[in-house]
Amino acid sequence: MYAYTDFDRDFLAERNAQFRAQVERRIDGSLTEDEFKPLRLMNGLYLQLHAYMLRVAIPYGTLNAGQMRQLATIADRWDKGYGHFTTRQNIQYNWPELRDVPDMLDALGEVGMHAIQTSGNTIRNVTADHFAGAAAEEVADPRPVAELIRQWSTDHPEFQFLPRKFKVAVTGSAQDRAVTAAHDIGLRLVERDGEIGATVLVGGGLGRTPMIGKVLSDFVALPDLLPYLEAVVAVYNLLGRRDNKYKARIKITVHENGIEEIRRLVDEEYIIRRAAFNGADMQLFGKISADFAAPDFVHGAGDYAAQYADDPVFRSFVDTNTAPHRHKDYTILTVSLKAHGATPGDATSDQMRVLAELAESYGHDELRISHEQNVILPHLPKRHLRAVFDALSGAGLATANIGLASDIIACPGMDYCALATARSIPVAQEIATRFEELKLEYEVGPLKIKISGCINACGHHHVGHIGILGLDRAGVENYQITLGGDGGPDAIIGERAGPGFAYDEVVDAIERLVRAYLAIREGADETFLETYKRTGPAPFKATLYPASEKAHAA
Amino acid sequence: MPRAFTPKVVTANALLEGDVVYLTKQGHWTRKHEEADLIEDQATADIRLIEAQALAHEVVGPYLADAIKGADGPEPVHFREAFRTRGPSNYAHGKQEG
Ligand code: HEM
Ligand code: SF4
Repeated sequence: MYAYTDFDRDFLAERNAQFRAQVERRIDGSLTEDEFKPLRLMNGLYLQLHAYMLRVAIPYGTLNAGQMRQLATIADRWDKGYGHFTTRQNIQYNWPELRDVPDMLDALGEVGMHAIQTSGNTIRNVTADHFAGAAAEEVADPRPVAELIRQWSTDHPEFQFLPRKFKVAVTGSAQDRAVTAAHDIGLRLVERDGEIGATVLVGGGLGRTPMIGKVLSDFVALPDLLPYLEAVVAVYNLLGRRDNKYKARIKITVHENGIEEIRRLVDEEYIIRRAAFNGADMQLFGKISADFAAPDFVHGAGDYAAQYADDPVFRSFVDTNTAPHRHKDYTILTVSLKAHGATPGDATSDQMRVLAELAESYGHDELRISHEQNVILPHLPKRHLRAVFDALSGAGLATANIGLASDIIACPGMDYCALATARSIPVAQEIATRFEELKLEYEVGPLKIKISGCINACGHHHVGHIGILGLDRAGVENYQITLGGDGGPDAIIGERAGPGFAYDEVVDAIERLVRAYLAIREGADETFLETYKRTGPAPFKATLYPASEKAHAA
Repeated sequence: MPRAFTPKVVTANALLEGDVVYLTKQGHWTRKHEEADLIEDQATADIRLIEAQALAHEVVGPYLADAIKGADGPEPVHFREAFRTRGPSNYAHGKQEG
């Protein structure tokens, strides 16, 4: 996998030394908070409700065992023995003290990790499909493209003060596990006449004004991709609104100017940009691609078939948590960080070490973090699956619920986040616990529940099949439900179901929705989302708001 | 008719630990809401906030939060401020850790 060069390491060491001096100057009083805040945010340090928070980038979600172990060590040494994996493929430490942060950054630097550009109005941590390089149906590995974009955008002088933050996601599969349509730029790698290129989507985003990205270009060949992206960002940099923070994202620029006008401007700018690229980027791309070459897969599935046939518990785990790998004797294993009743995305330092150990022993030293807040062993030989399952069981990591009702995405909400209007974590915990008690989730099948603690939508609630948005209504927590959202290739923003629910009503409301679905679905093969698309919102609204339905009938 | 004034406390986060703090009558920072100075009028509130802002080397982001008089001292009004007196609800971390 891609290894940081000496240049990268020196750059990180220098950045960390600068930040160490800035922290000292804040503590001795020579910097005010107004002066210090932008500096700490550029280094991933936030102040939340109860403490500071350090956000560490995991570019395209890829980690090796050594890095995962270092994350565990940092959690033990400077935090409370755990970390929170987020929907942006970051890890957040919720309890660092200001004085310790430079040491934490140095410890990250030792394994080539950092917290740069996880905030600010720059091109952020580029995200990629978490099954990259492993999925059976993949057209091309999105990570070399993501890495190329990372190198091009990191400290890119023209793009350090964009009108607003800028998020790029890349997928190499038609299944689009990277939610590309909800990003400022979404890239979908496709093949045309034997050549790999990207379909470029622009102007997607969630937050206050959710929008699905529009296709700017059907196909940009790989050698033309960076100049094309540079043209898009340059057009946005000039055109994007700086007068109003809420209208500053490129989704509003696209909405206000129209996709045709943006395309015209980009095509114009592209000619100038293209001329300035001399092919060095493609040489670099070649090198990067070699770094991402697939591991040497080993043939043979051992006793896997018998192990699968013999044990129903193991079988259920495999059926729920694995996905087809490009090599027939391998599988992609998703390890759930959503044990029923636990905080979605949290892993203890011990769990991190178990995952590191398993990746090193069995999984070609690779781990991934998904935007759905789970950890993935992307290259797992089937012959080791049983041993891995046993080790995970011993560490509380063998929950078989991937893609089911309790595999909930939840943002930190008002338990941590200073911007929150309500809590999201305990709502997720209670919904998962309820489904566990009811023993319903296998019968229900694929269902994505996503929860955000404010309108910024970090929990992707708009693209949840069931979305939950926590609000403050006259000093009380209130939860709005959206239905029918989808973050996949045919992304859709969910529709608001109606008035919100009080904190202690929302779990019941979700149960009613799920029971209504079970009652009206046309067989076990029809998923929640398919039923919703067939029937529309009416039967779901009827179960959410029984009284008002009667009032209408009367 | 002038609107009734809701009493206030001055609150912020400690510079070094980030922990929630409140301004006392004596102008020190305390970690306990019930030890905060409960401010009963707007003019005093404005002055105390300026005092707090002058302590910028000790805290981050001082602001006025609504509070009411309780048995053991001021109590928070809004649920956000109530959470800030305790810590997160998913773990016994923060102030509730003791
Ligand atoms: C705790 C501190 C956090 C702060 C201060 C913060 C701030 C924000 C803000 C202001 C927005 C709205 C941006 C806009 O629409 O212009 C936003 C959106 C978003 N954030 Fe966060 N966030 C935080 C945590 C998180 C976490 C924990 C995640 C992942 C779990 C996350 C991922 C996202 C995503 C995916 C979006 C919406 C997509 C979009 O940008 O259009 N953020 N965040
Ligand atoms: S959605 Fe709101 S509450 Fe949740 S993490 Fe984002 S900013 Fe915080």
